[in-house]
Amino acid sequence: MGVPIRQAACLLLLCLPLAAQAGGGRLLATGGLTQLEGAAGGGLVPWAVLAGYGTADETGGTIAISHTVLPDYNLSMLGLAYTFYNRVEISAARQSLALDLGSGTEEIRQDILGAKVRLTGDLVYDTLPQLSLGLQYKRNRDMDTPEAVGAERKDGVDAYLAVSRLFLGAIGGYDLLLNGTLRATRANELGLLGQGGPDNDSYKLMPEISVAVLLNRSTAVGYEYRRKPDNLGLDESHWHDVFFAWFPSKQLAFAAALVDAGSVGPYDSQRGLYLSLQGSF
Amino acid sequence: MNRFATPWLALALAAMLGACASSGPTRDDSLYQALGEREGIEMLVDGLLFRISENQKILHHFTEADPGRLHRTLTEQFCELSGGPCTYSGDDMVTVHTAMRITEAEFNSLVEDLIQVMEHQRIPIQAQNRLLARLAPMRSEIIGL
Repeated sequence: MGVPIRQAACLLLLCLPLAAQAGGGRLLATGGLTQLEGAAGGGLVPWAVLAGYGTADETGGTIAISHTVLPDYNLSMLGLAYTFYNRVEISAARQSLALDLGSGTEEIRQDILGAKVRLTGDLVYDTLPQLSLGLQYKRNRDMDTPEAVGAERKDGVDAYLAVSRLFLGAIGGYDLLLNGTLRATRANELGLLGQGGPDNDSYKLMPEISVAVLLNRSTAVGYEYRRKPDNLGLDESHWHDVFFAWFPSKQLAFAAALVDAGSVGPYDSQRGLYLSLQGSF
Repeated sequence: MNRFATPWLALALAAMLGACASSGPTRDDSLYQALGEREGIEMLVDGLLFRISENQKILHHFTEADPGRLHRTLTEQFCELSGGPCTYSGDDMVTVHTAMRITEAEFNSLVEDLIQVMEHQRIPIQAQNRLLARLAPMRSEIIGL
C-alpha cells in the first residue's frame, strides 16, 4: 500500500524546481491548501477559493499529498488540481485508507474527480465574498469491506456550495478567514465505506466550516468542522481539526493538523495527526 | 445541538468583528501613529516608489507619471486613509487609472511591493493589515479600466 503515493511524493519534489519558475498573480495563501478530496480548501473542507494562484487572465494548479495517521487507520491522498482563469477548477485525487486488522492490513482506495466553479465575488476584494459551486464524483475501488458493513453502492456525487472571505485586519489587526460550505452527500466516511446504507440512502445536507487567523504573511492557524451523515448505523462521527499552515512561497505550502475523526467503522476515538505538502505551479 | 452551535456562534461572532473592523476610514488616528506619522508614511512611499522602479511587471504603467507628484499624492492618500491630518489633493482613482487597463495580477503585484516595504520597515502586521483593509475597496476603481 502507499507505493504510488510515495512515488508521487518523489515526483512532486522533482517538479518543485520547475514550478518555482512559474508564479501566479494572486496574493500569497489565497489558493488555500488541498483538502482530503483534492479540491482547494483547508484540510477537511473545500473552500470557495480555486487551486493555485492564477488571476482572471491566468491558469495554474497544484499537486498535493497528505497523510493522516490515526490509531487504527492511515489515510493517504494524492491530489492534482488545475484552475482556468480563476473561474473553473478541475481536480483528481486518489485516496488510500489502510486498516490495521490485527491479522494484517487491508487497503481501501477511492478515486475522486472534482469540478468547482466560482459563481461570484472575491476572497479578498469586492463587495461580495467568493461563492463557488462544486461537484465531487467518487468511486470506491475496494468494496469488500464497505459492502460487508452495508454500503449500497460504490460510487456517488457530492455537491457543495462554498462561501469564503478573508477579512483584512479583522481580529485585533490580524486577517481572518471564514469559510462556510454546505454539502449534499450520501457518502460513508467520505465514500471510503461506499455510499448509502441500511439507515439512510438519500442525500443529506451537511454543513462544514473553517475559521483561520493569519499570524503573519505566511502562516495561519485555524479550526475546521465537517458534519457527516450516519448511513451505515455505525455512529459515523463529525470530523474536526485544528491546523497550522505555512506558505513559505507561492510554490510551496505545508500544513499540519490535529484531527479528531471520532468513530470510524468499528473503531472509536480516532484522533491523530494530518500532514500535507502542496506545490503550486 | 450544543456541539453544533459552538462553531456557528464563533462564525457569527467573527463575522460581526469583521464587519466592524472593515468599516473604512475613521477619525481615529491610531493607524497613522502606527505607521510612524508623516515621516513614517513618507519613508513607506519612498520604499514603494523604489520597488515600483524595479518591478518590470508594472513599471510600464508609471513611465508617464511625475515622480515628485506621485510621491506627494501617495503620501497624502496614505496619511488621510490612516486618519492623519492630511487631505488628498490628487484626482479620483477612476480618473487616474482610466485607459491604463491594469490587470488583477498587476494590482496584486503593487500590493506585494507595498507589503514587502512594510515588512522591510518593520511595520507591525496589525498596522499593515489595517492599511491594506482601507486600500482594498479601491481595487474596483483601479483595475480593468
